[in-house]
This record gives sequence, C-alpha cells and structure tokens, in this order.
Amino acid sequence: MSPQTPNTEPLLTVQNLQAWYGRAHILMGVDLTVGRGEVVALMGRNGAGKTTTMKAVMGLMDTRSGGVSFDGRDVSALPPHRIARLGLGYVPEDRRVFTELTVEENLEVGRQPPRPGAPSWTPQRLYTLFPNLAEMRGRRGGRMSGGEQQMLTLARTLMGNPSLLLLDEPSEGLAPRIVQQMAEAIRALKAEGLSVLVSEQNLSFAAAVADRASVIEKGRIRFDGPMQALLEDDTVRRQYLAV
Amino acid sequence: MSFYLVQFLSGLAAAATLFLVSSGLTIVFGVTRIVNFAHGSFYMLGAYLGWSLIERWGTTPLGFWGGVALASLAVGALGALMEVGLLRRLYRSPELFQLLATFGVVLVIQDAASYAWGSEDLLGRRAPGLKGSVDILDQPFPLYDLVLIALGPVVLGLLWLLFNRTRWGTLVRAATQDREMAAALGVDPAKLFTGVLFLGSALAGLGGALQVPREAVNLHMDMSIVVEAFVVVVVGGMGSLTGAFVASLLIGQLQAFGILVFPQITLVLVFLFMAVVLVIRPYGLLGRKEEAPPTAASPGPPLVLATGLVRWVPALLLLLLALVPLVAGDYALIVLTEVVILALMAASLHLLIGLGGLVSFGHAAYFGLGAYGSALLVKHLAAPMPLALAAAPVLAGVGALIAGWFCVRRSGLYFAMLTLAFAQIAWSVAFQWYGFTGGDNGILGVWPPDWAAGKAAYYLLTLALAGGTLFLLRRAAFAPFGYTLRAGRDSALRAEAVGIDVRRHQWYAFALAGSAAGLAGGLYAFSKGSVFPTLMAVPMSVDALVMVLMGGIQTLSGPVVGAALFHLLETEVMSLTEWWRLVLGLVIIVLVLAFPKGVAGFVRDLWMRRKEA
Repeated sequence: MSPQTPNTEPLLTVQNLQAWYGRAHILMGVDLTVGRGEVVALMGRNGAGKTTTMKAVMGLMDTRSGGVSFDGRDVSALPPHRIARLGLGYVPEDRRVFTELTVEENLEVGRQPPRPGAPSWTPQRLYTLFPNLAEMRGRRGGRMSGGEQQMLTLARTLMGNPSLLLLDEPSEGLAPRIVQQMAEAIRALKAEGLSVLVSEQNLSFAAAVADRASVIEKGRIRFDGPMQALLEDDTVRRQYLAV
Repeated sequence: MSFYLVQFLSGLAAAATLFLVSSGLTIVFGVTRIVNFAHGSFYMLGAYLGWSLIERWGTTPLGFWGGVALASLAVGALGALMEVGLLRRLYRSPELFQLLATFGVVLVIQDAASYAWGSEDLLGRRAPGLKGSVDILDQPFPLYDLVLIALGPVVLGLLWLLFNRTRWGTLVRAATQDREMAAALGVDPAKLFTGVLFLGSALAGLGGALQVPREAVNLHMDMSIVVEAFVVVVVGGMGSLTGAFVASLLIGQLQAFGILVFPQITLVLVFLFMAVVLVIRPYGLLGRKEEAPPTAASPGPPLVLATGLVRWVPALLLLLLALVPLVAGDYALIVLTEVVILALMAASLHLLIGLGGLVSFGHAAYFGLGAYGSALLVKHLAAPMPLALAAAPVLAGVGALIAGWFCVRRSGLYFAMLTLAFAQIAWSVAFQWYGFTGGDNGILGVWPPDWAAGKAAYYLLTLALAGGTLFLLRRAAFAPFGYTLRAGRDSALRAEAVGIDVRRHQWYAFALAGSAAGLAGGLYAFSKGSVFPTLMAVPMSVDALVMVLMGGIQTLSGPVVGAALFHLLETEVMSLTEWWRLVLGLVIIVLVLAFPKGVAGFVRDLWMRRKEA
C-alpha cells in the first residue's frame, strides 16, 4: 500500500435524498453515511423505502433530488454506469441474473479494471469464495436455484472491484443454510476492506453482519446508531421494525 | 426434377439476402426494442451506394468486393449516426414515437436517394469472375447465387461467434435482457447501442449491395424489403438470430415454390404464413415469451367529459364547417372534404390506440376495404351511391371482425405485426388480383350521382356522415364500453379479475374502429372518383398513426386536430415542392424530438408545472 493519510471522511454520504415513482413521492429526505470499512444495515419494513434508497443512490430512479457523494465526489447527477465505474457495486433485491447467460458470462458482464484501494477480484477468487458457483460455470443463470442466483449476483457485482457494496435484502426468501453462507460472505468481504450498505428486515441477520444501523420509515431515517444500541432500544424496534 | 432443384436453390439465394437484412433488424430490435422502419431504407442505400462503387471499381474482383464492403460500412456508420442523433433521445418514449421517428428517416432517405440517384431503375455490373452459370442436373444456375447461398450460413456463424465468444457480444446479450442492470454494473448502454445500430445497419447495407448484380436498384426497395424482414423477424421470434435464419429459409422457399403453385397470390402467401405461425406459436418459431411485453403508449390522465361551454365546441365547429360552402371555392371544399374523411379515419384509429391501448400498424386495411367495397359494388353491380356507401362500413366491419379475432389474441408489438400482416394481405389482393380489383390500375369512375356531384353537396354529405359517426365514437368512449376498454388498457389483469372479458371488448373495438374507417374509405372513394391499392399500403397506415400522434392520444379531439394539421401540411408542402417527403420526414422527426411524450403530453406537463409553481 502506498503511504496515505488516513481518510476519516465517510465513503458514502447521502443528504436529503428524495425520489419519486411517477408522481408518488417515496423518499422524503434520507440522510445516511457509510464509513470506510464499515458495514451499515439499512433497516425498515416492506415499503419503507429501502430499495428506493439504494436505487436512488445508484442513479436508477427517474426523478430524484438531494446530495449523494461517494469517495469525495458528487455523484448525484451521474448516470448509473458512471457511478458503478467509480466503485459503487449494486446487488439488487430481485437478483436480476442474466438468465440467458452462463455463470461465467454473468461474471464477465460485471468485470471492470482493478481499482486502487479496493480488493480486486477474478473469477478464480470468487469461485473460492462461492464454491457452488465453481461447479456450474457453464450453466445458464435461468437454470439456477434462488440461493445460487443470489451468490451469482453478489459475485457478478464483485467483478467490478467495488469499494462499497449496496446489498439489497440479501437474505430474502433464502433457506436458512444459504442465509448463513451469505452472512459469512459479508463478513469475509468486510475483512477484505470492503464497505457495505445492506438493507434488511431480518434483525438477527443484520446484527450478525452490521456495525451500525439506520432505520427507515415512510421515506425518512428515524434512527441511526451502533447496531448494539438498536438491539437495546425496544421502542424504536417496536415502532419501526415490528419485532 | 432438376427444375425443382434449381427452384430450390433460387429460394436459398433469396433467403440469404433476406437473412442478412432481417438478422440486422432482429439484432437492433432485440437490444434497443425499437422497431426500425428505416432498416429497409438502409438496405436500399446499401444497394445505391454499392451500385455507384461497383460502377467505379467493379471491373476487378477486389474492386467489386471492396465496393460491397465499403457500401456496407458506410450504411453502418449512418445507422450509428441515427442512433446518436435520434434514437438515443427516444429510448424512454412510447414505442409509437420511436416507430414514427424511424418512419421520418424513411421519408428523408427516400428523397435523398431520389435526389442523388434519380428515379430510374439502375442496372448494376455483374460480379467479375462470377458472371457465368454452372449446370446443375443440366439446368443452368448463376454462379453468383451459389456464393450468396454460402454466405448466409457464414454470416450466421460469424454473428454467433461475435455474440457468444467476445466480451462485446456478451455485454450486448446482457443489455438485451436487462438494460438497467447492465448499466448498474458499469456497462455504458449508449455506446453499446451505437455499436448495435452500426452492426445492424451494416448488415442491411451488405444485403443491399449484394443485390446489385441480381436486380435493378430502385426507390421501392425500401418498403418491400422492410415488410418482408419484419415477417422474417416475427416468424423467427423477435431478437432470435437462429430464428431469423430458419424463417428466411422457409420464406425463401415459400416464395420460390409459391410462385409455381399460386402465381396469383405470392404476396399474400408470406403474410398468411406469418399469421398462421403467430396463431400457433405466439412468440415466433424460436422466440421466447417476453417478461414485460412492450407497451404501446402511455395513456396519460383519464378522459373526462367536457363541461361548461367547452361541451358545445364540437357542435359549434360542425355548424361553422357546415356554413363553409357559402364562402369557399371548389378547391377549398375538396381539401376540406378530405380533412373531414381523414379525421374520421384518425378518430377510428384513436379508438384502438387511445382507448384500447392497441397500436395497429394496419388500419389502412379497413379504410381500403371500405373504399374498395364501394368501388367494386359500383363497378361490378352498378350499385347506386347510397347503397355502396352503406356497404362500406359493413364490409370493413366484417373484415375487421375476422382479422380482429386473430389480432386481439396478442398484445403489444405482436398485435401490431398481426395487424400489419392482415393489411398486407388486403393490399396484396387489391394489388395482384387484376381481374377483380384492377390491380395497380385501380378502379376508376366511382363518382357520386348528380344530386351529390357538386363539391358543396358532397362536402355536406361527408360532413353529415362523418360528423354523425364521430359523435357515435365519442358516445362509445364515454359509455360503459369505453370505460371497459380503458380498464383493459390500463391493467388487463385487474380488469379480468373484476369480470371483464378484455379480449372480447378489444375485438368489438377493433370491429367498430374498422367499420368507421370503412365509412371513411367509402366516402374517400366517391370524393376521388377512384381507388388504388395505395389506400391500403403501409404508408397510409403510418399517415393515420402520424395524425393520431400529432394531435396527441390523450384527448378525443386530438386525432381530429391531428388529421386536419397533417393533411393541410401535406397538401401545402406537396404543392410547394416535389421534395415533400423530405419535408414531411423532417417535420415528423422534429415533432418527435421536440415532444417525446406527444404534443398533448407536453401541454399537460406544462400545465402541471404551472400549477405547481
């Protein structure tokens, strides 16, 4: 590593982010940060605005306003592919595997040049992290199980050598064993130095991976603090998470 | 036996060209989801450019093939230019707009080619070294055609390698399936699409340039090939290369042998074939079910009945129009008669598009059926005008009932393609059945009787009949029938869940729209005194679409205004310059670029912004 002054500024800063679907106002002004090397859980009920927040950060919403800065750069007006090339990796909730493409080809679509300061990935390294995928390199995305697709989606995004991952509900609809693998994968990625913003409804999953939690409800952040503080705050949990 | 073999080989040679052109079309469609009407124009340009280059250098094999390659590359560059300058701005627009934009390009290229190469047929030089023929079972067969036959599979193979063995191809396939996800992974869709347009257009140009030694180059090549290529792409399955290859082979053979068995209906055969394939295999031979079927147009806010003084505008307008003969001369009345007829035509199409969400590419068929119905009754049975006029909507309505039964079984682009197929079938019959319809000589002498022969009298008759029908169409829009249609348009699933038979209502709407267009056609026949196959041809259907677009699909008055605007513009421009296609094409392109959501959508957005400010 080249000698660098430690950068204490957060990797991702979102300020007063608003977004609309058509004329429906979904995000009313979201503020959140993700520090370097930090795993932050974005928690909230169905329809609270978790997915919309991720999409808006990624530039995938038609209408949005507010500030998004990534690695010191204002990305709020950039198109998605430019944002991705800066090192923001997006793993969508509905997976969106390219079903007509093989596992190898899916990974190829995600491939971007290595980026200084972020772990760099090859198919070989990813096959070590996700041994299941190694066994089905030639299989089409459409012929994989949900859990396998979820692994592939994550691996595909990692091929872009991101420094921050936006992971949208990675545990949703997966078997407990796969959820376990997913949590391990996230911890492994954190150990590599990756920062992660993970949206979750599952409190125990979030507690297993995240350092900090931001709770969203009706398009606004209602709680922000260490994961431990959320676990201890019954009121917030009951009011916004219904657990 | 040997004769059939040679016929078979001719079919293969024709299939090769067809495959080159349709592979380009299917690639462009697969990735951009844009139905590129200009694809045929690129084929034509490839032929013209190829002709010029081969004239200059084509004496040596190197010069000949170099000329073909250069023509193809130049056309590819033009396709890329169209993507950057035009299509890129329209990816989020309703499909209708994209289609119209490419049709604008068709018109521009028509006149550009006519200006550069003239309207005479051009006969090209034959390929050096391949001028002779070989004997196949004692029958001579052109050597050049053998080369073409070999070229088809070679191109298919190369394209397969490109799409399956290169990073670019992998990215294109990914973007074809999910453009947004590919972008979120760092793939620049715009760059990819420019490349795809280059490739697709270059293939069309290659197909055109390779035709130079085989047939005369002329200004009609664009429409005939693009319609055939559409058929191939739809039959093969939209976006499927192998499907396009198989469909080209089938259609090449269908044409080669069809001409032996049914010389009178060769044109119909292809469309009949497509209709049958689509009914049996809804997504074509090798196509896959679309996850999100392409949508026609964004409907905008709900229609509401006008209240207050606005309510009386149509009646007032009708009254004013009825008074026009007091002041206007014959020429003005002729033009106005046409405007009224076209307004009815556009309004009937709007019933399908605006209320039903069904974009028909072949509405001219019913206009033409009405016109031909009237004219044939006059010609063969000497029917009086009132009877002939009454028969027009009935005949067109029956035609629409039959065609509609098939069409409403599909939605989105497949619906559009089926309507196009039926329109082409109707057109082919009018064009090829000389004994009955007069072929391209049309039917002459369809004049109104003495009491309606005056321009003013016929104008008033048209106004009364068309006005009455427009009123009925408006009633239908606000009757439960109209609400049902709109429910089916906005969410077919939910409409069905509350007990509406969406398909049945769409079928009725199709018949009603066809019937109204038929009346317009009948009125048109008597106003012109003649009918021609062009009344049913693709440009007529597109004209109707342009009228609906110009006025905006969000209001009932839109199509009427659009028809008036369009026809006055067309008549005016045509009287001013012989390059009216160029002007009209540019107007369409500018309109689409300036109002990517339609004129009415633009006005609505403006209104909303004012309200919010």
